[in-house]
Amino acid sequence: MKSGGPQALVQGIENAAALLLAVLWLAPLLYAFWAAFHPPEYAIRFDLLAPLTLENFGEAWEQAPFARYFLNTFMLVTSILAAQFVLCTLAAYAFARFEFPGRNVAFALVLMQLMIMPEVLIVENYRTMSHLGLVDTILGIGLPYMASAFGIFLLRQTFKTVPKELDDAARVEGCSHLQVLWKVYVPLARPTYIAYGLVSISYHWNNFLWPLVITNSVTTRPLTVGLAIFGAPESGVDWSVISAATLLAVAPLLIAFLLFQRQFVQSFMYAGIK
Amino acid sequence: MPDRTRLVGNAAYGWLLLLPAAVLLAAFTHYPAVATLAQSLFTSGTALRPAEFTGLDNYRFMLEDEVFWRVLENNAWYAIGTIPISIALAMLMAVWVNRRLPLRAFVRMSYFTPTVLPMIAVANIWLFFYTPEIGLIDQIAAGFGIGSHNWLGNPDTVLGCIIVLTIWKEAGFFMIFYLAALQSLPPELEEAARLEGAGHWHFFRRVTFPLLMPTTLFVLINAVINSFKLVDQLFILTKGGPDNASALLLYYIYEVAFSFFDQAYASTLTVVLLAVLAIIAIGQFVILDKRIHYR
Repeated sequence: MKSGGPQALVQGIENAAALLLAVLWLAPLLYAFWAAFHPPEYAIRFDLLAPLTLENFGEAWEQAPFARYFLNTFMLVTSILAAQFVLCTLAAYAFARFEFPGRNVAFALVLMQLMIMPEVLIVENYRTMSHLGLVDTILGIGLPYMASAFGIFLLRQTFKTVPKELDDAARVEGCSHLQVLWKVYVPLARPTYIAYGLVSISYHWNNFLWPLVITNSVTTRPLTVGLAIFGAPESGVDWSVISAATLLAVAPLLIAFLLFQRQFVQSFMYAGIK
Repeated sequence: MPDRTRLVGNAAYGWLLLLPAAVLLAAFTHYPAVATLAQSLFTSGTALRPAEFTGLDNYRFMLEDEVFWRVLENNAWYAIGTIPISIALAMLMAVWVNRRLPLRAFVRMSYFTPTVLPMIAVANIWLFFYTPEIGLIDQIAAGFGIGSHNWLGNPDTVLGCIIVLTIWKEAGFFMIFYLAALQSLPPELEEAARLEGAGHWHFFRRVTFPLLMPTTLFVLINAVINSFKLVDQLFILTKGGPDNASALLLYYIYEVAFSFFDQAYASTLTVVLLAVLAIIAIGQFVILDKRIHYR
Protein backbone atom coordinates (compact mmCIF):
# COMPACT_ATOMS: atom_id res chain seq x y z
CA MET A 1 0.00 0.00 0.00
CA LYS A 2 2.66 2.49 1.08
CA SER A 3 4.88 1.83 -1.90
CA GLY A 4 1.74 2.64 -3.93
CA GLY A 5 2.81 2.73 -7.57
CA PRO A 6 4.12 -0.68 -8.72
CA GLN A 7 1.99 -2.66 -6.27
CA ALA A 8 -1.16 -0.94 -7.48
CA LEU A 9 -0.12 -1.45 -11.08
CA VAL A 10 0.38 -5.18 -10.59
CA GLN A 11 -2.98 -5.31 -8.84
CA GLY A 12 -4.61 -3.54 -11.76
CA ILE A 13 -3.10 -5.88 -14.31
CA GLU A 14 -4.20 -8.90 -12.32
CA ASN A 15 -7.73 -7.61 -12.02
CA ALA A 16 -7.84 -7.04 -15.73
CA ALA A 17 -6.53 -10.55 -16.37
CA ALA A 18 -9.12 -12.06 -14.04
CA LEU A 19 -11.88 -10.20 -15.86
CA LEU A 20 -10.54 -11.12 -19.27
CA LEU A 21 -10.44 -14.78 -18.31
CA ALA A 22 -14.00 -14.52 -17.02
CA VAL A 23 -15.21 -13.10 -20.33
CA LEU A 24 -13.27 -15.76 -22.21
CA TRP A 25 -14.81 -18.45 -20.04
CA LEU A 26 -18.28 -17.16 -20.68
CA ALA A 27 -17.73 -16.60 -24.40
CA PRO A 28 -18.96 -19.98 -25.67
CA LEU A 29 -22.23 -19.56 -23.84
CA LEU A 30 -22.60 -15.96 -24.97
CA TYR A 31 -21.98 -17.07 -28.51
CA ALA A 32 -24.68 -19.74 -28.21
CA PHE A 33 -27.09 -17.00 -27.10
CA TRP A 34 -26.10 -14.86 -30.05
CA ALA A 35 -26.63 -17.62 -32.58
CA ALA A 36 -29.86 -18.84 -31.03
CA PHE A 37 -31.59 -15.46 -30.91
CA HIS A 38 -30.62 -14.25 -34.38
CA PRO A 39 -31.56 -15.48 -37.86
CA PRO A 40 -29.16 -18.06 -39.32
CA GLU A 41 -27.51 -15.58 -41.67
CA TYR A 42 -26.17 -13.73 -38.62
CA ALA A 43 -24.68 -16.85 -37.01
CA ILE A 44 -21.17 -15.68 -37.86
CA ARG A 45 -21.83 -12.02 -38.54
CA PHE A 46 -21.76 -9.95 -35.42
CA ASP A 47 -23.91 -7.01 -36.23
CA LEU A 48 -25.39 -5.13 -33.30
CA LEU A 49 -28.39 -4.24 -35.42
CA ALA A 50 -29.16 -7.85 -36.33
CA PRO A 51 -32.84 -8.56 -35.82
CA LEU A 52 -33.80 -10.71 -32.85
CA THR A 53 -35.90 -13.80 -33.37
CA LEU A 54 -37.33 -16.77 -31.52
CA GLU A 55 -37.76 -18.78 -34.68
CA ASN A 56 -34.74 -21.01 -34.04
CA PHE A 57 -36.30 -22.20 -30.81
CA GLY A 58 -39.56 -22.93 -32.53
CA GLU A 59 -37.78 -24.89 -35.21
CA ALA A 60 -35.72 -26.90 -32.75
CA TRP A 61 -38.80 -27.66 -30.73
CA GLU A 62 -40.58 -28.91 -33.86
CA GLN A 63 -37.74 -30.94 -35.33
CA ALA A 64 -37.15 -33.13 -32.30
CA PRO A 65 -39.40 -34.28 -29.44
CA PHE A 66 -37.76 -32.05 -26.87
CA ALA A 67 -40.87 -31.93 -24.72
CA ARG A 68 -40.64 -35.69 -24.30
CA TYR A 69 -36.88 -35.50 -23.64
CA PHE A 70 -37.54 -32.93 -20.93
CA LEU A 71 -40.10 -35.17 -19.33
CA ASN A 72 -37.70 -38.15 -19.48
CA THR A 73 -34.85 -36.20 -17.93
CA PHE A 74 -37.15 -34.83 -15.27
CA MET A 75 -38.44 -38.29 -14.36
CA LEU A 76 -34.93 -39.70 -14.41
CA VAL A 77 -33.43 -37.04 -12.19
CA THR A 78 -36.24 -37.05 -9.65
CA SER A 79 -36.46 -40.83 -9.39
CA ILE A 80 -32.71 -41.15 -8.91
CA LEU A 81 -32.70 -38.40 -6.30
CA ALA A 82 -35.62 -39.85 -4.36
CA ALA A 83 -34.11 -43.34 -4.34
CA GLN A 84 -30.69 -41.99 -3.40
CA PHE A 85 -32.11 -40.07 -0.46
CA VAL A 86 -33.87 -43.13 0.93
CA LEU A 87 -31.14 -45.73 0.29
CA CYS A 88 -28.23 -43.53 1.30
CA THR A 89 -29.98 -42.32 4.45
CA LEU A 90 -30.64 -45.86 5.65
CA ALA A 91 -27.15 -47.10 4.83
CA ALA A 92 -25.47 -44.02 6.30
CA TYR A 93 -27.45 -44.44 9.52
CA ALA A 94 -26.30 -48.06 9.74
CA PHE A 95 -22.65 -47.06 9.27
CA ALA A 96 -22.84 -44.10 11.63
CA ARG A 97 -24.72 -45.55 14.58
CA PHE A 98 -24.82 -49.37 14.49
CA GLU A 99 -22.25 -51.94 15.51
CA PHE A 100 -22.39 -55.00 13.35
CA PRO A 101 -19.89 -57.59 12.23
CA GLY A 102 -18.32 -56.78 8.87
CA ARG A 103 -19.11 -53.09 9.12
CA ASN A 104 -15.67 -51.86 8.14
CA VAL A 105 -15.37 -54.30 5.28
CA ALA A 106 -18.82 -53.31 4.06
CA PHE A 107 -17.87 -49.65 4.24
CA ALA A 108 -14.69 -50.24 2.24
CA LEU A 109 -16.75 -52.12 -0.35
CA VAL A 110 -19.14 -49.18 -0.58
CA LEU A 111 -16.30 -46.73 -1.09
CA MET A 112 -15.06 -48.80 -4.03
CA GLN A 113 -17.82 -47.20 -6.06
CA LEU A 114 -16.08 -43.82 -5.75
CA MET A 115 -13.36 -45.24 -7.99
CA ILE A 116 -15.32 -47.65 -10.15
CA MET A 117 -18.24 -45.56 -11.25
CA PRO A 118 -21.09 -47.14 -13.21
CA GLU A 119 -19.94 -45.51 -16.48
CA VAL A 120 -16.81 -47.63 -16.42
CA LEU A 121 -18.84 -50.84 -16.31
CA ILE A 122 -21.18 -50.13 -19.22
CA VAL A 123 -20.51 -53.46 -20.94
CA GLU A 124 -21.38 -55.71 -18.04
CA ASN A 125 -24.18 -53.51 -16.72
CA TYR A 126 -25.78 -53.57 -20.13
CA ARG A 127 -25.86 -57.36 -19.98
CA THR A 128 -27.39 -57.27 -16.52
CA MET A 129 -30.05 -54.83 -17.65
CA SER A 130 -30.97 -56.98 -20.63
CA HIS A 131 -31.33 -60.01 -18.32
CA LEU A 132 -33.58 -57.95 -16.09
CA GLY A 133 -35.56 -56.72 -19.08
CA LEU A 134 -34.73 -53.12 -18.17
CA VAL A 135 -33.06 -52.03 -21.41
CA ASP A 136 -34.66 -48.86 -22.72
CA THR A 137 -36.43 -47.98 -19.49
CA ILE A 138 -35.96 -44.97 -17.26
CA LEU A 139 -35.50 -47.30 -14.31
CA GLY A 140 -32.69 -48.99 -16.25
CA ILE A 141 -30.86 -45.67 -16.64
CA GLY A 142 -31.22 -44.80 -12.99
CA LEU A 143 -30.75 -48.08 -11.19
CA PRO A 144 -26.92 -48.29 -11.18
CA TYR A 145 -26.72 -44.83 -9.57
CA MET A 146 -29.33 -45.21 -6.86
CA ALA A 147 -27.05 -46.66 -4.21
CA SER A 148 -24.48 -43.90 -4.27
CA ALA A 149 -21.23 -44.34 -2.34
CA PHE A 150 -20.78 -40.59 -2.38
CA GLY A 151 -24.18 -40.02 -0.80
CA ILE A 152 -23.67 -42.71 1.81
CA PHE A 153 -20.29 -41.26 2.70
CA LEU A 154 -21.53 -37.67 2.96
CA LEU A 155 -24.53 -38.57 5.12
CA ARG A 156 -22.51 -40.88 7.35
CA GLN A 157 -20.07 -38.04 8.07
CA THR A 158 -22.98 -35.77 8.92
CA PHE A 159 -24.84 -38.30 11.06
CA LYS A 160 -21.69 -38.93 13.06
CA THR A 161 -21.70 -35.32 14.21
CA VAL A 162 -25.18 -35.65 15.73
CA PRO A 163 -24.79 -35.87 19.53
CA LYS A 164 -25.49 -39.38 20.77
CA GLU A 165 -27.50 -37.93 23.67
CA LEU A 166 -30.17 -36.66 21.30
CA ASP A 167 -30.49 -40.15 19.91
CA ASP A 168 -30.69 -41.70 23.39
CA ALA A 169 -33.23 -39.16 24.58
CA ALA A 170 -35.51 -39.92 21.67
CA ARG A 171 -35.11 -43.65 22.32
CA VAL A 172 -36.06 -43.19 25.97
CA GLU A 173 -39.21 -41.43 24.84
CA GLY A 174 -40.09 -44.61 23.04
CA CYS A 175 -39.13 -43.80 19.46
CA SER A 176 -38.11 -46.68 17.22
CA HIS A 177 -34.82 -46.53 15.32
CA LEU A 178 -36.54 -45.36 12.18
CA GLN A 179 -38.45 -42.70 14.07
CA VAL A 180 -35.21 -41.43 15.59
CA LEU A 181 -33.69 -41.34 12.15
CA TRP A 182 -36.63 -39.42 10.76
CA LYS A 183 -37.12 -37.00 13.67
CA VAL A 184 -33.55 -36.38 14.81
CA TYR A 185 -30.99 -37.20 12.15
CA VAL A 186 -32.71 -36.22 8.92
CA PRO A 187 -33.71 -32.69 10.03
CA LEU A 188 -30.23 -32.02 11.38
CA ALA A 189 -28.65 -33.14 8.11
CA ARG A 190 -30.66 -30.76 5.95
CA PRO A 191 -27.67 -28.82 4.58
CA THR A 192 -26.09 -32.09 3.52
CA TYR A 193 -29.25 -33.16 1.72
CA ILE A 194 -29.41 -29.85 -0.14
CA ALA A 195 -25.75 -30.00 -1.12
CA TYR A 196 -25.92 -33.59 -2.19
CA GLY A 197 -29.21 -33.03 -3.99
CA LEU A 198 -27.82 -30.19 -6.10
CA VAL A 199 -24.72 -32.16 -7.00
CA SER A 200 -26.80 -35.21 -7.89
CA ILE A 201 -29.26 -33.22 -10.00
CA SER A 202 -26.55 -31.51 -12.01
CA TYR A 203 -24.70 -34.78 -12.46
CA HIS A 204 -27.66 -36.71 -13.78
CA TRP A 205 -29.10 -33.87 -15.81
CA ASN A 206 -25.77 -33.83 -17.64
CA ASN A 207 -24.97 -37.54 -17.69
CA PHE A 208 -24.57 -39.02 -21.15
CA LEU A 209 -22.64 -42.22 -21.74
CA TRP A 210 -24.71 -44.73 -19.78
CA PRO A 211 -28.06 -43.25 -20.90
CA LEU A 212 -26.80 -43.41 -24.50
CA VAL A 213 -25.97 -47.09 -24.12
CA ILE A 214 -29.12 -48.19 -22.37
CA THR A 215 -31.80 -46.20 -24.25
CA ASN A 216 -32.92 -46.57 -27.84
CA SER A 217 -36.26 -44.81 -28.15
CA VAL A 218 -37.83 -41.41 -27.80
CA THR A 219 -39.86 -42.45 -24.79
CA THR A 220 -36.80 -43.00 -22.59
CA ARG A 221 -34.01 -40.86 -24.04
CA PRO A 222 -32.91 -38.03 -21.75
CA LEU A 223 -32.12 -34.55 -23.06
CA THR A 224 -28.38 -35.12 -23.42
CA VAL A 225 -28.84 -38.14 -25.65
CA GLY A 226 -31.60 -36.45 -27.62
CA LEU A 227 -29.42 -33.40 -28.11
CA ALA A 228 -26.48 -35.51 -29.31
CA ILE A 229 -28.66 -37.14 -31.95
CA PHE A 230 -30.18 -33.82 -32.92
CA GLY A 231 -26.81 -32.10 -33.26
CA ALA A 232 -25.15 -34.86 -35.27
CA PRO A 233 -23.73 -33.48 -38.54
CA GLU A 234 -25.70 -36.13 -40.48
CA SER A 235 -28.93 -34.52 -39.33
CA GLY A 236 -28.11 -31.43 -41.40
CA VAL A 237 -29.58 -28.92 -38.97
CA ASP A 238 -28.08 -25.45 -39.08
CA TRP A 239 -26.08 -23.74 -36.36
CA SER A 240 -28.67 -21.37 -35.11
CA VAL A 241 -31.15 -24.17 -34.54
CA ILE A 242 -28.56 -26.36 -32.81
CA SER A 243 -27.63 -23.43 -30.58
CA ALA A 244 -31.28 -22.92 -29.74
CA ALA A 245 -31.71 -26.62 -28.93
CA THR A 246 -28.56 -26.54 -26.81
CA LEU A 247 -29.85 -23.58 -24.84
CA LEU A 248 -33.20 -25.28 -24.40
CA ALA A 249 -31.50 -28.34 -22.94
CA VAL A 250 -29.40 -26.39 -20.48
CA ALA A 251 -31.96 -23.72 -19.65
CA PRO A 252 -33.55 -25.21 -16.52
CA LEU A 253 -30.21 -25.98 -14.91
CA LEU A 254 -28.65 -22.71 -16.04
CA ILE A 255 -31.56 -20.64 -14.72
CA ALA A 256 -31.51 -22.54 -11.43
CA PHE A 257 -27.78 -21.97 -11.22
CA LEU A 258 -28.04 -18.25 -11.90
CA LEU A 259 -30.84 -17.85 -9.34
CA PHE A 260 -29.23 -19.94 -6.61
CA GLN A 261 -25.62 -19.30 -7.49
CA ARG A 262 -24.41 -19.09 -3.91
CA GLN A 263 -26.21 -22.26 -2.95
CA PHE A 264 -24.76 -24.16 -5.93
CA VAL A 265 -21.20 -23.06 -5.34
CA GLN A 266 -21.47 -23.75 -1.64
CA SER A 267 -22.99 -27.16 -2.23
CA PHE A 268 -20.18 -28.22 -4.54
CA MET A 269 -17.70 -26.86 -2.02
CA TYR A 270 -19.37 -28.59 0.88
CA ALA A 271 -19.63 -31.87 -0.95
CA GLY A 272 -16.00 -31.61 -1.97
CA ILE A 273 -14.52 -30.96 1.45
CA LYS A 274 -16.12 -33.89 3.21
CA MET B 1 -28.60 -62.43 28.40
CA PRO B 2 -31.08 -59.71 27.41
CA ASP B 3 -28.10 -57.48 26.69
CA ARG B 4 -26.78 -60.07 24.29
CA THR B 5 -30.00 -60.41 22.39
CA ARG B 6 -30.14 -56.65 22.20
CA LEU B 7 -26.67 -56.58 20.66
CA VAL B 8 -27.54 -59.26 18.15
CA GLY B 9 -30.77 -57.44 17.41
CA ASN B 10 -28.84 -54.24 16.86
CA ALA B 11 -26.44 -55.91 14.47
CA ALA B 12 -29.28 -57.43 12.51
CA TYR B 13 -30.97 -54.04 12.38
CA GLY B 14 -27.79 -52.45 11.09
CA TRP B 15 -27.52 -54.98 8.28
CA LEU B 16 -31.15 -54.56 7.47
CA LEU B 17 -30.71 -50.81 7.04
CA LEU B 18 -27.75 -51.41 4.80
CA LEU B 19 -29.40 -54.13 2.76
CA PRO B 20 -31.15 -52.16 -0.03
CA ALA B 21 -28.06 -50.13 -0.86
CA ALA B 22 -25.83 -53.19 -0.54
CA VAL B 23 -27.91 -55.18 -3.02
CA LEU B 24 -27.73 -52.44 -5.64
CA LEU B 25 -24.04 -51.83 -5.10
CA ALA B 26 -23.29 -55.51 -5.37
CA ALA B 27 -25.39 -55.85 -8.52
CA PHE B 28 -24.02 -52.82 -10.37
CA THR B 29 -20.51 -52.33 -9.03
CA HIS B 30 -19.02 -55.46 -7.51
CA TYR B 31 -20.64 -58.14 -9.60
CA PRO B 32 -19.93 -56.41 -12.94
CA ALA B 33 -16.32 -55.75 -11.95
CA VAL B 34 -15.78 -59.46 -11.28
CA ALA B 35 -17.89 -60.53 -14.26
CA THR B 36 -15.82 -58.30 -16.54
CA LEU B 37 -12.72 -60.14 -15.44
CA ALA B 38 -14.37 -63.50 -16.10
CA GLN B 39 -15.79 -62.37 -19.43
CA SER B 40 -12.38 -61.34 -20.66
CA LEU B 41 -11.32 -65.01 -20.57
CA PHE B 42 -14.06 -66.14 -22.94
CA THR B 43 -14.94 -65.59 -26.59
CA SER B 44 -17.97 -63.48 -27.42
CA GLY B 45 -20.89 -65.86 -27.64
CA THR B 46 -23.46 -65.58 -30.39
CA ALA B 47 -26.99 -66.90 -30.58
CA LEU B 48 -25.72 -70.03 -32.32
CA ARG B 49 -22.36 -70.47 -30.70
CA PRO B 50 -22.06 -70.18 -26.90
CA ALA B 51 -19.05 -68.40 -25.42
CA GLU B 52 -15.97 -70.57 -25.10
CA PHE B 53 -13.15 -70.38 -22.60
CA THR B 54 -10.03 -69.08 -24.33
CA GLY B 55 -7.72 -68.23 -21.47
CA LEU B 56 -5.62 -65.20 -22.24
CA ASP B 57 -6.35 -65.08 -25.96
CA ASN B 58 -8.22 -61.81 -25.69
CA TYR B 59 -5.26 -60.25 -23.94
CA ARG B 60 -2.87 -61.54 -26.59
CA PHE B 61 -5.14 -60.02 -29.21
CA MET B 62 -5.18 -56.76 -27.28
CA LEU B 63 -1.41 -56.51 -27.11
CA GLU B 64 -1.29 -56.85 -30.88
CA ASP B 65 -4.12 -54.41 -31.43
CA GLU B 66 -2.62 -51.20 -32.77
CA VAL B 67 -5.73 -49.23 -31.95
CA PHE B 68 -5.44 -50.23 -28.30
CA TRP B 69 -1.93 -48.82 -28.06
CA ARG B 70 -2.97 -45.74 -29.94
CA VAL B 71 -5.85 -45.18 -27.58
CA LEU B 72 -3.66 -45.68 -24.53
CA GLU B 73 -1.14 -43.21 -25.87
CA ASN B 74 -3.90 -40.70 -26.62
CA ASN B 75 -5.19 -41.11 -23.11
CA ALA B 76 -1.77 -40.41 -21.67
CA TRP B 77 -1.46 -37.22 -23.73
CA TYR B 78 -4.99 -36.25 -22.82
CA ALA B 79 -4.13 -36.60 -19.13
CA ILE B 80 -0.81 -34.79 -19.47
CA GLY B 81 -2.44 -32.04 -21.49
CA THR B 82 -5.45 -31.39 -19.28
CA ILE B 83 -4.38 -32.06 -15.70
CA PRO B 84 -1.52 -29.62 -14.99
CA ILE B 85 -3.08 -26.71 -16.85
CA SER B 86 -6.55 -27.12 -15.41
CA ILE B 87 -5.14 -27.44 -11.88
CA ALA B 88 -2.93 -24.38 -12.29
CA LEU B 89 -5.82 -22.41 -13.75
CA ALA B 90 -8.12 -23.57 -10.98
CA MET B 91 -5.66 -22.36 -8.37
CA LEU B 92 -5.24 -19.02 -10.08
CA MET B 93 -9.00 -18.57 -10.40
CA ALA B 94 -9.53 -19.41 -6.74
CA VAL B 95 -6.86 -16.96 -5.61
CA TRP B 96 -8.37 -14.20 -7.75
CA VAL B 97 -11.92 -14.83 -6.72
CA ASN B 98 -10.93 -15.05 -3.06
CA ARG B 99 -9.48 -11.54 -2.91
CA ARG B 100 -11.02 -8.15 -3.45
CA LEU B 101 -11.82 -7.85 -7.11
CA PRO B 102 -14.15 -5.66 -9.15
CA LEU B 103 -17.19 -7.65 -10.33
CA ARG B 104 -16.16 -10.58 -8.19
CA ALA B 105 -19.56 -12.30 -8.23
CA PHE B 106 -19.65 -12.12 -12.02
CA VAL B 107 -16.12 -13.46 -12.36
CA ARG B 108 -16.82 -16.36 -10.02
CA MET B 109 -20.00 -17.19 -11.89
CA SER B 110 -18.20 -17.16 -15.25
CA TYR B 111 -15.50 -19.50 -14.04
CA PHE B 112 -17.99 -21.93 -12.56
CA THR B 113 -20.64 -21.92 -15.30
CA PRO B 114 -19.05 -24.58 -17.56
CA THR B 115 -19.32 -27.00 -14.63
CA VAL B 116 -23.10 -26.96 -14.52
CA LEU B 117 -23.54 -27.34 -18.26
CA PRO B 118 -23.69 -30.79 -19.88
CA MET B 119 -20.55 -31.74 -21.79
CA ILE B 120 -22.73 -32.76 -24.72
CA ALA B 121 -24.26 -29.31 -24.94
CA VAL B 122 -21.02 -27.37 -24.69
CA ALA B 123 -19.34 -29.70 -27.19
CA ASN B 124 -22.06 -28.64 -29.64
CA ILE B 125 -21.02 -25.03 -29.18
CA TRP B 126 -17.31 -25.77 -29.40
CA LEU B 127 -17.83 -27.83 -32.53
CA PHE B 128 -18.82 -24.63 -34.23
CA PHE B 129 -15.67 -22.88 -33.02
CA TYR B 130 -13.51 -25.56 -34.58
CA THR B 131 -15.38 -25.91 -37.88
CA PRO B 132 -13.10 -25.03 -40.81
CA GLU B 133 -13.75 -21.79 -42.72
CA ILE B 134 -17.13 -20.84 -41.28
CA GLY B 135 -16.12 -21.69 -37.69
CA LEU B 136 -15.40 -18.91 -35.23
CA ILE B 137 -11.69 -19.65 -34.82
CA ASP B 138 -11.10 -19.63 -38.55
CA GLN B 139 -13.16 -16.48 -38.95
CA ILE B 140 -11.00 -14.69 -36.41
CA ALA B 141 -7.83 -16.15 -37.92
CA ALA B 142 -8.94 -14.94 -41.35
CA GLY B 143 -9.14 -11.45 -39.90
CA PHE B 144 -5.42 -11.69 -39.21
CA GLY B 145 -4.79 -13.09 -42.66
CA ILE B 146 -4.23 -16.65 -41.47
CA GLY B 147 -5.63 -19.35 -43.74
CA SER B 148 -8.31 -21.82 -42.73
CA HIS B 149 -7.44 -24.94 -40.83
CA ASN B 150 -9.34 -28.17 -40.30
CA TRP B 151 -8.77 -28.32 -36.55
CA LEU B 152 -10.73 -31.48 -35.86
CA GLY B 153 -9.88 -33.20 -39.13
CA ASN B 154 -6.15 -33.08 -38.63
CA PRO B 155 -4.59 -35.86 -36.51
CA ASP B 156 -1.98 -33.40 -35.23
CA THR B 157 -4.40 -30.88 -33.79
CA VAL B 158 -7.49 -32.89 -32.92
CA LEU B 159 -6.39 -34.05 -29.48
CA GLY B 160 -5.29 -30.51 -28.65
CA CYS B 161 -8.80 -29.29 -29.46
CA ILE B 162 -10.30 -31.88 -27.12
CA ILE B 163 -7.83 -30.91 -24.41
CA VAL B 164 -8.66 -27.19 -24.64
CA LEU B 165 -12.37 -27.89 -24.32
CA THR B 166 -11.80 -30.20 -21.35
CA ILE B 167 -9.65 -27.65 -19.54
CA TRP B 168 -12.34 -25.05 -20.03
CA LYS B 169 -14.96 -27.44 -18.68
CA GLU B 170 -13.01 -28.63 -15.65
CA ALA B 171 -11.00 -25.70 -14.31
CA GLY B 172 -13.98 -23.98 -12.68
CA PHE B 173 -15.00 -27.18 -10.96
CA PHE B 174 -11.56 -27.63 -9.43
CA MET B 175 -11.53 -23.95 -8.48
CA ILE B 176 -14.33 -24.65 -6.04
CA PHE B 177 -12.16 -26.99 -3.98
CA TYR B 178 -9.34 -24.45 -3.86
CA LEU B 179 -11.77 -21.73 -2.92
CA ALA B 180 -13.06 -23.84 -0.04
CA ALA B 181 -9.50 -24.48 1.12
CA LEU B 182 -8.50 -20.82 0.83
CA GLN B 183 -11.48 -19.72 2.88
CA SER B 184 -10.53 -22.10 5.64
CA LEU B 185 -7.04 -20.59 5.97
CA PRO B 186 -6.71 -18.19 8.91
CA PRO B 187 -6.75 -14.57 7.64
CA GLU B 188 -4.09 -13.63 10.22
CA LEU B 189 -1.52 -15.41 8.05
CA GLU B 190 -1.91 -12.96 5.22
CA GLU B 191 -2.02 -9.97 7.58
CA ALA B 192 1.19 -11.07 9.23
CA ALA B 193 2.81 -11.50 5.84
CA ARG B 194 1.70 -8.06 4.78
CA LEU B 195 3.18 -6.51 7.91
CA GLU B 196 6.43 -8.22 7.04
CA GLY B 197 6.18 -6.57 3.65
CA ALA B 198 5.83 -9.79 1.67
CA GLY B 199 4.22 -9.35 -1.75
CA HIS B 200 1.11 -11.20 -2.81
CA TRP B 201 2.82 -13.77 -4.96
CA HIS B 202 5.70 -14.25 -2.62
CA PHE B 203 3.18 -15.00 0.09
CA PHE B 204 1.35 -17.34 -2.25
CA ARG B 205 4.46 -19.27 -3.16
CA ARG B 206 5.80 -19.60 0.33
CA VAL B 207 2.65 -19.98 2.41
CA THR B 208 -0.56 -20.55 0.50
CA PHE B 209 0.71 -23.00 -2.08
CA PRO B 210 2.19 -25.45 0.45
CA LEU B 211 -0.91 -25.20 2.61
CA LEU B 212 -3.05 -26.05 -0.42
CA MET B 213 -1.12 -29.27 -0.98
CA PRO B 214 -3.80 -31.62 0.40
CA THR B 215 -6.37 -29.95 -1.85
CA THR B 216 -4.04 -30.27 -4.81
CA LEU B 217 -3.71 -33.99 -4.14
CA PHE B 218 -7.45 -34.38 -3.91
CA VAL B 219 -7.99 -32.42 -7.12
CA LEU B 220 -5.17 -34.28 -8.84
CA ILE B 221 -6.75 -37.64 -8.10
CA ASN B 222 -10.11 -36.41 -9.37
CA ALA B 223 -8.47 -35.01 -12.48
CA VAL B 224 -6.70 -38.28 -13.22
CA ILE B 225 -9.93 -40.24 -12.82
CA ASN B 226 -11.71 -37.74 -15.05
CA SER B 227 -9.12 -38.12 -17.77
CA PHE B 228 -10.19 -41.75 -18.06
CA LYS B 229 -13.89 -41.17 -17.52
CA LEU B 230 -14.71 -38.01 -19.44
CA VAL B 231 -15.27 -38.95 -23.08
CA ASP B 232 -18.70 -37.41 -23.82
CA GLN B 233 -17.22 -34.66 -25.98
CA LEU B 234 -15.80 -37.22 -28.43
CA PHE B 235 -19.29 -38.28 -29.41
CA ILE B 236 -20.03 -34.79 -30.68
CA LEU B 237 -16.68 -33.52 -31.86
CA THR B 238 -14.76 -36.36 -33.48
CA LYS B 239 -16.16 -39.84 -32.87
CA GLY B 240 -12.57 -40.74 -32.04
CA GLY B 241 -11.28 -39.77 -35.45
CA PRO B 242 -9.62 -38.99 -37.69
CA ASP B 243 -8.07 -42.43 -37.82
CA ASN B 244 -8.38 -42.89 -34.03
CA ALA B 245 -6.24 -39.83 -33.40
CA SER B 246 -8.61 -38.65 -30.67
CA ALA B 247 -10.05 -41.93 -29.39
CA LEU B 248 -9.70 -42.49 -25.64
CA LEU B 249 -9.85 -45.79 -23.75
CA LEU B 250 -13.43 -45.56 -22.50
CA TYR B 251 -14.61 -44.38 -25.90
CA TYR B 252 -12.88 -47.33 -27.54
CA ILE B 253 -14.57 -49.67 -25.05
CA TYR B 254 -17.91 -48.18 -26.05
CA GLU B 255 -17.14 -48.64 -29.74
CA VAL B 256 -15.99 -52.23 -29.39
CA ALA B 257 -18.98 -53.18 -27.27
CA PHE B 258 -21.78 -51.32 -28.98
CA SER B 259 -20.63 -50.67 -32.55
CA PHE B 260 -18.54 -53.80 -33.20
CA PHE B 261 -20.55 -55.93 -30.72
CA ASP B 262 -17.48 -57.70 -29.41
CA GLN B 263 -18.43 -58.04 -25.74
CA ALA B 264 -15.47 -60.22 -24.81
CA TYR B 265 -12.89 -57.84 -26.18
CA ALA B 266 -14.70 -54.88 -24.66
CA SER B 267 -14.48 -56.68 -21.30
CA THR B 268 -10.77 -57.21 -21.80
CA LEU B 269 -10.31 -53.50 -22.42
CA THR B 270 -12.47 -52.71 -19.39
CA VAL B 271 -10.12 -54.81 -17.26
CA VAL B 272 -7.30 -52.49 -18.31
CA LEU B 273 -9.40 -49.49 -17.31
CA LEU B 274 -10.23 -51.10 -13.96
CA ALA B 275 -6.54 -51.82 -13.42
CA VAL B 276 -5.71 -48.18 -14.08
CA LEU B 277 -8.34 -47.07 -11.58
CA ALA B 278 -7.03 -49.58 -9.03
CA ILE B 279 -3.52 -48.18 -9.44
CA ILE B 280 -4.86 -44.67 -8.87
CA ALA B 281 -6.68 -45.85 -5.75
CA ILE B 282 -3.59 -47.53 -4.36
CA GLY B 283 -1.49 -44.49 -5.21
CA GLN B 284 -3.97 -42.33 -3.36
CA PHE B 285 -3.70 -44.45 -0.22
CA VAL B 286 0.09 -44.43 -0.31
CA ILE B 287 0.30 -40.67 -0.82
CA LEU B 288 -2.36 -39.88 1.77
CA ASP B 289 -0.60 -42.14 4.23
CA LYS B 290 2.63 -40.25 3.80
CA ARG B 291 0.96 -36.87 4.06
CA ILE B 292 -1.27 -37.80 6.93
CA HIS B 293 0.00 -34.88 9.05
CA TYR B 294 -1.81 -32.46 6.77
CA ARG B 295 -5.20 -33.77 7.74
